[in-house]
Amino acid sequence: MSEQPIAMTATDRFALGVARILVFLRWPVVLLGIASVVAAGYGGQFLSFSNNYRYFFAPENPQYKAFTELQNVYSKRDNLVFVLRPKDGNVFTRETLTAVRWLTDEGWKLPFVMRADSVTNYQHTQAEGDDLSVADLVKDPSALDQAGLERVRAIAINEPLLKDRIVAPDGHATGVVLTMVMPDKSPIEASTAMAATRAVVDRFRTQFPGIEIRLTGSVALSNAFSEATQADITTLVPLMYLVVALTSLVLLRSLGAMFCVMIVLTMATVAAMGLAGWLGMTLTPPSALSPVIILTLAIAESVHVIHNFLHELRGGRTRFEAVIESTRVNFGAITLTSVTNAIGFLSLNAADAPPFRDLGNIVSLGVLTTWVYALLFLPALLAILPIGKRGNVVSDEGGGFMRFLANFVIKLRIPLAVTLSALTIWLGMQIPKIELNDQFVNWFDRSIEFRRDTDFMIEHLTGIYTVDYSIKAGESNGITNPAFLNKVEDFANWARQQPNVLHVFTLTDIMKRLNKNLNADDPAFYKVPDDRQLAAQYLLLYELSLPLGLDLNDTINVDKSATRVIVTLKGVVSAVDTRAFKAKADAWIAANIPSSAGVEGASPAIMFSFIAQRNIDANLFGTGWAMIAISFFLIVPFRSLRLGLISMIPNFVPIIMTFGVWYFLVGRLGMASSIVTATSLGIVVDSTIHLLSKYIRGRRELQLSPEDAVRYSFSTVGPALWILTAALLLGFLVLSLSPFEVNRAMGLLTAICIAFAIIADFFLLPPLLMFVDRRNRDRAAVPAPAE
Amino acid sequence: MQKTIAAALLALALPALAHAETPEQKGLAIAVESQKRNTGWVDSKVDAKMILENKQGEKSERNMRLRALEVVSDTDGDKSLTYFLSPADVQGTALLSFTHFKTPDDQWLFLPALKRVKRIASANKSGSFVGSEFAFEDLLAQEVERFTYKYLREEPCPTDEAKGLVCFVSERFPAYENSGYTRQVSWVDKKDYQVRKLEFFDRKAEHSKTLLFTGYRQYQGKFWRSHTLVMENHQTGKKTTLSLGNFELNAKVDQTEFDPDALARLR
Repeated sequence: MSEQPIAMTATDRFALGVARILVFLRWPVVLLGIASVVAAGYGGQFLSFSNNYRYFFAPENPQYKAFTELQNVYSKRDNLVFVLRPKDGNVFTRETLTAVRWLTDEGWKLPFVMRADSVTNYQHTQAEGDDLSVADLVKDPSALDQAGLERVRAIAINEPLLKDRIVAPDGHATGVVLTMVMPDKSPIEASTAMAATRAVVDRFRTQFPGIEIRLTGSVALSNAFSEATQADITTLVPLMYLVVALTSLVLLRSLGAMFCVMIVLTMATVAAMGLAGWLGMTLTPPSALSPVIILTLAIAESVHVIHNFLHELRGGRTRFEAVIESTRVNFGAITLTSVTNAIGFLSLNAADAPPFRDLGNIVSLGVLTTWVYALLFLPALLAILPIGKRGNVVSDEGGGFMRFLANFVIKLRIPLAVTLSALTIWLGMQIPKIELNDQFVNWFDRSIEFRRDTDFMIEHLTGIYTVDYSIKAGESNGITNPAFLNKVEDFANWARQQPNVLHVFTLTDIMKRLNKNLNADDPAFYKVPDDRQLAAQYLLLYELSLPLGLDLNDTINVDKSATRVIVTLKGVVSAVDTRAFKAKADAWIAANIPSSAGVEGASPAIMFSFIAQRNIDANLFGTGWAMIAISFFLIVPFRSLRLGLISMIPNFVPIIMTFGVWYFLVGRLGMASSIVTATSLGIVVDSTIHLLSKYIRGRRELQLSPEDAVRYSFSTVGPALWILTAALLLGFLVLSLSPFEVNRAMGLLTAICIAFAIIADFFLLPPLLMFVDRRNRDRAAVPAPAE
Repeated sequence: MQKTIAAALLALALPALAHAETPEQKGLAIAVESQKRNTGWVDSKVDAKMILENKQGEKSERNMRLRALEVVSDTDGDKSLTYFLSPADVQGTALLSFTHFKTPDDQWLFLPALKRVKRIASANKSGSFVGSEFAFEDLLAQEVERFTYKYLREEPCPTDEAKGLVCFVSERFPAYENSGYTRQVSWVDKKDYQVRKLEFFDRKAEHSKTLLFTGYRQYQGKFWRSHTLVMENHQTGKKTTLSLGNFELNAKVDQTEFDPDALARLR
């Protein structure tokens, strides 16, 4: 990469000055560099792992707002569900019911638990003479004889409040549901609750070996996010270091140089994560990828500096001269690629989900720290360490192949341009066929316990996707109005007939049962009471009979003007089907219960089913902004509107091709898709910048023809770009090993995009440049920059 | 009640032995003194209004007329009669409670729409009272026998109204079955021996609720009554304010009303 010192730009002269100062002050610079990493890295202790699935939703997210409002009216609840499956296949034995009773009692004592529901403490009501008996369905399991067990079974599997929710219809499995209210005072509440609950699970397994027990629920979901985050950090970061070490060794062929790369990368990453800690950021699975992405991006910058340094040193320059020259030639390009990388990641601030904003901001900090340590610290370090040997060799790494490649592209430029354009258009046509779908259960692979246990619950007991409705009566104490209760009953019955619906929890099932009980258990009265006062007084009687924690405060609001209906969907429902159910149910309520018009279904499942679309919409803005900003950095430094705009083409093409190929590979896309465009744009534009800057240098300073300028650009930066692309590719492929689907998809999509980008840069960009320049052949070369 | 009297006598003898007193004895002595100052009101009438409030700020009101009959016994607590005035749908509903220290309470509810009295056959003192943050057990008279005690410390009283007074802070542990609490902490002022604040600790021994007693007024030169009780649930963010008015003590209430068979005739 021999530069022509005669044709120095203002940037070159500035860089030269900086480089000389760095060499002169090498010891203070190195010490300052280390001190700054210690100071910034100290903030790392303030980084915490978010422990709450709600962190994926910004306060202004409408689905989140609806859910928060619902929780404020009833109560903010989280839950944990023990799923029990006796190996003898029957829940209704003395042994299993004893185990359920034990678990229910232990559950009450766990942190944050406000309520425990099971088949044993289910408040069974029946007529007792002229009175209403309200009592635990199973008080003392050991006292039950066969007839008693049969009776309990018959009640449980026929009770709409229990069947498909607490008891499997075939009696093979049952659940104990703990309702928790998290105080939101500490970020580790979910982990605390989870650890205490897992200890109970362990005791259960020892005491009741004949019963399989699993644990899921919203607290387990929150905890799974933190476990996936930690898995990412502890497995992906070391793997990434391995990739970094191998790449730098292959590229630089020096252990000492590899050591330098590792030092700079570690400093940049530690400083960036430390700064994130100082800024009070919280890590979630997406933002936990930051260190890996920072390492990936930083390797290119530091390898460029060391590569040029070794090249100059081997070419016969002194250590100090080599440092100064390497800094000078890299200063402008690295600054420019840092800016475009930062633009891509900063545009994630448009994202709807805060974890993506954090990811964007932490990586941008990493881009900044990389710039500082690769361009300021590294030259000073190279001036001190005895790395590389001064020689008299002008190496020609991969030069032969690059010449061949350049000639190939020049010769076949028209077929290449046509083929690649046609391929892009064809792949682009596949994109609309991709199904947008996020299923938060499937975000975790089966290496995460939450996923395995949730799958188990779905298979044996009930669903995890619920949709809650707070149905309004429109007047104070209106919920006992028979007309309203019948509407609620109609809604529940309508919902039960919908595909994908497994269970509906509704107050009307309680009212119907009370009406029957208070009429001597006459089945003819198993209907909503037809008198408003009567219904209200039944309810008062029932409420006065319920023990602590088993009240109706989660089902009826304080004003008794609204009641909560909880619809549980079957299995793992697609986001499309969840949204479809919500839309239909919202419309049903608006049409049939005017007092409740405008009430929307709300729940974590609803929030997650909208998350992909919301983030895609939000990121369209971010991506557009990034595109404009990045075009600006292709146009202004190279002082050519035409070449700058043409150079955007090989950056759009890979993105289109990536999504097109994704349709054939996977066919389904979630939240990851929303951020990939912006981030990969910032990354892939680097190669374009390097190629274009050499092309323009060839045209303007060396007065080469377009063809020779292509040959010049290929041979100067070609080999480094191919190897660095391999490093980026490997880095993002490392991400695809995450147990978290959003991260896997993002890693894989970005890796594919990087692969297509190098193809577009080498096979599409040169034909385009030659074509555009050819049209201006008469105007001689591109105008030389005015100095 | 004999036990109470014995304890009271013991308490009177105590100042001389003050230094030998254990925290348990001192806690009990404070409760005995409190009760002593609240004995002899015979019966009472009062109007009660409950305002329930959720985290969203939504409010709801329940109005009741309460009557109580003082019972002096060492097995049974006071008898109470709650007559619902609103919401309209439950107007005329009446709840009669005979409380006992060691055995489950007896409760009957008259449902006017059904024109029937239904016995509430449950041991559920711990459940929410009409959807409020008060459990039934929180509304019972604070008879000495319901708890065991442990004195903790003295400190300035917590409510504005009792500013300047010093309070005894004691723990008390429910001695009856089916309580929703593992313990309570009480602030009782040293001057009038009235409860100013109660903290409730749930089954997990977590601080779940706080009840503040304010608006104290003295009746018949002897009996202090709080007129505003605010119960806050720290776990759910819900709140219930109980306002009492038109207190009448020694009100000559008709004792025959305290009979399940008479409930239907109540107006």
